[in-house]
Amino acid sequence: MAAVRVEEVLAAAAQEQQQPRSVQVEKELELEFDLGNLLALDPNPPPAAALRGAGPRRESQLRALARDNVQLLAARLWELPAERADGAAGPLVARLPEPIFRLPREKPPPRPRPPTRWEQFARLKGIRRRKRTSLVWDEQAKEWRRRWGYRRAGGDPARAWLAEVPAGADPEEDQFAKLRRAKRERVARNELNRLRNLARAHRSAAAAPLHPTGHQSRQELGLAARVARVSTASLGRFQPRLPKEPAEPPSRDGGKKRRFQPLLGDLAAERGRQLELLRGMNSKKPALDITRAVNKQLREEDAEAAAAKGKKRAQRGKRGRRQQQRPGKRSGGGKKGGAARRQQQPAGGSSRRKKA
Amino acid sequence: MRPLTEAETRAVFEKLGRYIGENIQLLVDRPDGTYCFRLHRDRVYYVSEKLLKGAASIPRDSLVALGTCFGKFTKTQKFRLSVTALDFLAPYAKGFGVAAKSTQDCRKVDPMAIVVFHQADVGEYVRSEDTLT
Repeated sequence: MAAVRVEEVLAAAAQEQQQPRSVQVEKELELEFDLGNLLALDPNPPPAAALRGAGPRRESQLRALARDNVQLLAARLWELPAERADGAAGPLVARLPEPIFRLPREKPPPRPRPPTRWEQFARLKGIRRRKRTSLVWDEQAKEWRRRWGYRRAGGDPARAWLAEVPAGADPEEDQFAKLRRAKRERVARNELNRLRNLARAHRSAAAAPLHPTGHQSRQELGLAARVARVSTASLGRFQPRLPKEPAEPPSRDGGKKRRFQPLLGDLAAERGRQLELLRGMNSKKPALDITRAVNKQLREEDAEAAAAKGKKRAQRGKRGRRQQQRPGKRSGGGKKGGAARRQQQPAGGSSRRKKA
Repeated sequence: MRPLTEAETRAVFEKLGRYIGENIQLLVDRPDGTYCFRLHRDRVYYVSEKLLKGAASIPRDSLVALGTCFGKFTKTQKFRLSVTALDFLAPYAKGFGVAAKSTQDCRKVDPMAIVVFHQADVGEYVRSEDTLT
């Protein structure tokens, strides 16, 4: 078998030598070209029989088709006006025409920015922008000068050598300094407003969970309180604590490192704390706060009842309404039972403590 | 060396409370000086302020002990009272006695068995005649 193969290869090579591969391509319909995008569109219908099934025959047919089309595109590209890029030895570069097809956007379009405070006011009042001339007639210099900028009309403000003291002002006051201060303030105010407008345009996503909505969970409110505490110029260091806020300040490393009281701190305070602790231990108060336990139980049962009502209404409609009479009675009995059950347990538990 | 945290203080006071009851206040708040508890290498020391200030300047690795050792925290953070605390607990003790049976026997014995002998002299017997059953 090897011998036959070798013969075939030799025969193919011989044929190659005799006939160089042709650059002529025959097509029924002309191709459409968009050389700006390096695009060639072939409107000829492909031979349907050849493309059926997936096999090496199909592959070779497709490859031949691609080869022909690329040949035509390359021929067109070579017809374009070309020039050497960097002098005589540089690469030959073709100048592509403008692309015909407009490709779609890669990224979404930018959202419109919200109007600035002035724009809102102008819209409200109906003030429209009056186009100003860029040149102004300067009487002194007898020529047209810019409105602002280099060689503006009205002279260079920095070179003003006279500043009159107004009628009611203090004669000792430095008018030049006053003018400079006023200018600085104007610039600062402008910058502040610009930044405010910018912030207004960029906000709305970052601080959304912190604005009061009226129905926020306990965790969200806690987060808002914590962020508010730290949002001061000294990052919350001198911020007084809220009435029921715990006294421990939030740690810088997020609670990873343990922090202890100082070794020789206020010993009187330490003594006070220990006495307080002893008083609490000795007072024989039950660990369970009855009112809080009862309220918690009531809240849980209310939430359960509300959830059950919602579900039933969605599922059963009319029939659900009749059945809702009964759960009310059950939960009324359950409230007392729960609190009573809880009260009994810790009393039993505290008496069962181990002897040392 | 560091002061005790709240949890550690609570554990120590609970243990001490079993022996001296509410008199822990007298240990914490003494009229003759400021004494405090400090933790050093899992041992709890009862030390006066003057001594504490002196010990504060000793490097941690070189410091062996200070004041009186009341006990130590085990690996699982349980507080074990040690005999060196006896001098401080004795004046306020709730009572003294000698164990009549070993610890193991105490557990297996019936409810009415005697486990502690309170050995006292005649004077004490006479004094507390009314309270004795």
